[in-house]
Order: sequence, then C-alpha cells, then structure tokens
Amino acid sequence: MSGEPEGTRLDPWLESYASRALAMRASEIRALFAVANRPEVVSLAGGMPYISGLPLEEIGETLKRLVVERGATALQYGSGQGDEELREHITEVMKLEGIHAHPDDVVVTTGSQQALDLVTKIFINTGDVVVAEAPSYVGSLGIFRAHEADVVHTAMDEHGLVPAALDETITRLKADGKTVKFLYTVPNYHNPAGVTLSMERRPQIVEIAQRHGVLILEDNPYGLLGFDNEPLPALRSLSEDGVIYLGSFSKTFAPGFRVGWAVAPHAVREKLVLASEAAILCPSNFSQMAIASYLDHHDWLGQIKNFREQYRERRDAIIEALEEHLPDATWTVPDGGFYTWVKLPEGLDARSMLPRAVTARVAYVPGTAFYYDGRGADHMRLSYCYPTPERIKEGVRRLAGVVNAEAELVRIFGTGAGSGGPDTVSFPSPDVA
Amino acid sequence: MDVLILAGGLSHERDVSIRSGRRVAEALRDAGVKTDVRDVDSDLIPALLKLGETTVWPLLHGASGEDGSLQDVLEMCGVRYVGSDARSARVAWSKPVAKTVAHRAGVATPDYVTLPQSLFRELGADHVMGAVIGKLGLPLVVKPARGGSALGVTTVADRSELPKAMVDCFAYGDVALIEKAVAGTEVAVSVVGDGDDAYALPPVEIVTEGNYDYDARYNAGRVEYFAPARLDDAQTAAVADAALAVHRVLGLRHLSRTDLILDADGAQFLDVNVAPGMTETSLFPQAVEAADRELGDVYREIVALA
Repeated sequence: MSGEPEGTRLDPWLESYASRALAMRASEIRALFAVANRPEVVSLAGGMPYISGLPLEEIGETLKRLVVERGATALQYGSGQGDEELREHITEVMKLEGIHAHPDDVVVTTGSQQALDLVTKIFINTGDVVVAEAPSYVGSLGIFRAHEADVVHTAMDEHGLVPAALDETITRLKADGKTVKFLYTVPNYHNPAGVTLSMERRPQIVEIAQRHGVLILEDNPYGLLGFDNEPLPALRSLSEDGVIYLGSFSKTFAPGFRVGWAVAPHAVREKLVLASEAAILCPSNFSQMAIASYLDHHDWLGQIKNFREQYRERRDAIIEALEEHLPDATWTVPDGGFYTWVKLPEGLDARSMLPRAVTARVAYVPGTAFYYDGRGADHMRLSYCYPTPERIKEGVRRLAGVVNAEAELVRIFGTGAGSGGPDTVSFPSPDVA
Repeated sequence: MDVLILAGGLSHERDVSIRSGRRVAEALRDAGVKTDVRDVDSDLIPALLKLGETTVWPLLHGASGEDGSLQDVLEMCGVRYVGSDARSARVAWSKPVAKTVAHRAGVATPDYVTLPQSLFRELGADHVMGAVIGKLGLPLVVKPARGGSALGVTTVADRSELPKAMVDCFAYGDVALIEKAVAGTEVAVSVVGDGDDAYALPPVEIVTEGNYDYDARYNAGRVEYFAPARLDDAQTAAVADAALAVHRVLGLRHLSRTDLILDADGAQFLDVNVAPGMTETSLFPQAVEAADRELGDVYREIVALA
C-alpha cells in the first residue's frame, strides 16, 4: 500500500443531518422526470394549469399598473397573516362553496402547499398518525414524511372517502394506541384519483371525525373546476371548529404567484400565523396584491368557466383516447379537475414502465408516488390539464405502446418489475405535484 | 478559444447531463474560456452552422450523446468538437462490443452473455435464464447493453431475482448484458489525451454500501471515494494500463473514463464512457483533483485537443 489516504463521502455534513432529511434523496424516477418538460415529450405527468388560457396581455397591464401606482407597498414586506384586501376577496371566493368566513379567519400562505406544511408543523410530533385517502396527493405525503408523521391510508371509492372504512381505520388506530392527529382529504376532483366526495357522505365524514376527536384538513384546490356541477359545499361549511380548510389560486388563476390560504378555527389560526411568520415573515405582497387586482378588475369567474370548458375538452380527449388505445385498463372519469387514475392490466407495474415511457416520449406519474406504504404500482396518474387534446391523444397512443411492451415482458418473465418501496417521488418537483 | 457545451437532451440521463454541463462551463469560465451551454433541440443544426471557430463539447449522457449520433451531426456540420468521433463512440457505447474489443486487445473482462428480449420470448425465459446461470453462475450483474448511470442495473445473487432484474433491465433497452459479478476493488480511471500521448489520471476507488446504483451515485453518503485509490504502485499501473489500452484500442479521443474491478487476477474491464459524468459527485473531476490539478486547466487542455 502506498499509504492510507482518507476517503470522502462528498458531504462533510453527513452526520449532521436531521433524521427527517434522510429520506430526501434524488431518485432515478425523479431524474426521469427531467425529460418530461421537453416539448418532444407528451407530459401526462404534471398538474400544470393551462396558463396560456389566461388573458396574459390584460394581466400584464394590471401588473404594470400595480408596480407603477402601488409599487412602494407591493414590493415591501407585508402582514404575516396576509393582505387584508385579498383576505376579503378570499371570503367571497369561498362563499361559492358555502363557506361563510370573516377575513380575520384567513391566513394567506405561499401556495396552499405552505399551509399544508404549517398545519403539519404545528400538529405533528414524530410518529403521530395522519389518516389520508388511498391514494393521496403526493405533495402532502412529502410534507408528512418530512415531519416524520406516520400516514395510514383509508379506502375511497368512486364516491370519495368511504365513511365506514374511515370509522374502522380510526377506531383501529386508536385501539392500537396510536395518536391520530388529523384526516387529510382532497374532497373535490381528487388528486390523483379524480373522484369527488359525494354530497351524502360529506356530513358522515364530518360526524365520524368529530366523534373520534380528529381534525379534518380539507385541501381544496380544484373545487371550482367542476365541468357540469355547481360547487359542492365544503366540509368546512359543515363544521367550523373541526375543519381546517386550504384553498389556492394556483389552479383557478396561476401557480406562478404562489398564493394559497388556510381558514382555521381561531386558536389554530393564531398558531398558523406565528408559524408562518417564523418560516417566511410574510407571504409575497406583490403576489397578493396582483391577485387582488386580478379579482377586482377581471371577470375571474368567467375565466374559471373558460378553464372548466378547456379542461372538460381535455378530459373528453383523454377518456376517448383511453377507450381507443387501452381497452384492457380501467380508469376514473372525473367530473372536474385535472386527473384520471388508471388501473393497469393485471401484472403490470407503472413504475418499472416509466423508463420505457420516457423513451417513447410520454410521461406519467406511477401510482406508488401516491401511497405511503409502497402500494400503487398497478396504477398511474394521468393529467390532462396541460397538453392540447391532440397531444393528449398522441400521448395515450404512445402510452399504449409502452403498456403493450410491458405486458409482453410480463408474459415472458411471468413477473412485473418495480422495486416497490414508499419513496418513489416523495419530494416531487412542482410539475409532478 | 470559445466553447459551446451541449447538455440535456432527451435521454434518461438528462438531469445528470445538465448538471455536468453546468459544472464544466463553470470551470472553463473560471479558467478564462468563454463558454455557453445549450440544450439539444430542433434549432441545434442551424446554431451549429453559425458557430465558426467555437469548439463544441457534447456532454450529453446516454443515447444520442454517447452512441455516436450527435458526433455524426457535429461532423456533418463541420464543427470542431471535444471527445471521441462517431465510430469510436458507437463502439464504446455498446458495452458488449466494447468488452469484446477490449478483450481481444488483451484486457481482461468478466465473462458475459448478451441477450435480446426477443430471445427470451422465442426460447422461453426459464430455459434461457437457466442456461445463463449454468454458464456464468451466481452472482450476476444484469445491465442494459447500452446506457449509463447504472440505470436498469441489478446485481442478482439468487435465481429467483433474475426475472425481475431482466424486466427492469429491458425497461431501458431491448438488449441485456448479463455479466458474471466479480468481487474486488472497484476503480474508475479517467484518461486524457490521444493515442500514445494519452495519460491516465489517478484511479478513484469506489466503496459502496450496497450496489453502486443511481441512488449511490447521485446522493452523497452511501459511497466512500478514495482518490487516489488505495492501491500499490503495481496495482495502480495495472489499472492505468488497462484504461489506456481500452482508450487506445477503441480509438477514443480527448477524454474517457474506464470502470474496472481489480481482483486477484488483475484489472477487469467493465465499461468505458466517452462522455463521463462531470457533476459534483462524479469520478472524472475527483480524479483531476487527485492529480493536484485545477478542473479548469484540465478542461482547457481537453478543449485544446479538439
């Protein structure tokens, strides 16, 4: 030996990381998504709104006026709870879903994702349980994991959360001595499942949670994006004390502003404000005032109607394409929102197929991303919000080739692949969320 | 000396390529070289035709960047570029072909078979897998015949793991290289230069908890690198000679990185990369630092070879 040189692990702080950072690792799957944003690839992966559908020139004029006329305020720090004018607007927006709140009840956040993080931060101790739908929003699972929560999934069907299953799940967890802190739910046009909690079940879910003393965290970015229906009453409209409601302008206006909000019972709200101030001091004044101006000066309800029509056309395109090209799969037919949840033919694994899909220039999110416990390999989430109907059809056509090739592999080897495990896309890039 | 780095592309290694491109650009700029970075897209050829004296450094990993096709485009456009020409890149890109050429030149390489997916269908997967294990034994390494960053690579210790390993491999390509797993010291030897003037940088030793897979390569922690490798002079010379022999016999230019296992029988060739990774965790930059040289100086030298 010519001496014993010291090795390096390329990170001098390896021993210093908090345990919650250990799962934060770049994955092979995440690397594959780097290709998904290229124009050659039909991305059915990302939940990106169709921003080109906005009146961008008019919005540009509004923003220009905002800076010229009120720049000294817009570009300054603001209130930790959020701009009062915007909070007033938010109460108006929420009335569409039956929520009657005061502007003081609202905490503006940097996207509803930050609100989700704040709620988790103030409620979750290591090992506390969050009950979530099976499957559940990938971005929520990343937050829950980062705060070292234990997520237990509970069943949903075509009408959303199954009340009896929820009751049984919470009862079992409590009998096992677990501390269940909240139920996380996306009741409308679910991400990724595409289903909506039925009118009939809403009070049942609220009653079960109340009976067990479990808070409900209602995440509702898509509620106004129903294709044919009037918005359903929010769970928050059924219980002011038992529900924290999260809203967002990311899907109804534009995610680039990063503005969402939480409506919470008084004492919770006070803690959320303090936690938010500790994290970010205040949400962006510029973004909040930009959105308030947009709501003041533009036909935002008309714009939402346009979005709904565009998304309905895309939903129709993807369902038609699935029927034509993937007859052996099954899928949900959403009444609104961005996603359909596709169950693959027996034995196929969406995660192991992804490299082949990227080669075929089509992208989706494997179902494992939406579970905490490694399930979901037999599903994939397809988003129809961003590509044009023609591109969607082409994407599904390409996807069918990938599925057929995978099916042949399964026939040859008698097995699907996929390494399983809960960490598929645990910390999603924004286009995947 | 102006440089245009091509990074990104549409391969499975796009993310790594973008990071490599950014790193090389930064080092070249620090060394006073005017450097731009661009992706590969439908505007590339018109852009190449306007380049003039600028040297192109293709840093695309994976297909089209390393399989010779981009190099063909660069040659058709008459631009000067860094790295191996199209024919050599094409030979290096195919792991079985590179292994065959290296073996004929006297460089040892683990025993292997190369099997397309269609063969398993036609002859029956169980029969083929049984024959493979009969010939090579266990453990085995299953990898796509073409590709990098350990994508689709699995080490198989038990027969029951082989079907899944094959399916994972075929997700990245239609041909699998199944190789006898060799235990030993894993080293990477980076080479700079051409022909007889080529020289090897100090070998980098890779000690991994588990497999040296994508997670290990691109997340700091699971791998401990020793640069230079903990080898005696004879061992160092053996791996350097093997890497230089591979570089020369494949006709590679300017730079390459050869991955080897050193066991009791000597250096065993696994793979060679004509566009090696240049990210913050990559082996080539570590070898440069082990040589007590500045990245920018070495990259300048490489560009000057073009």
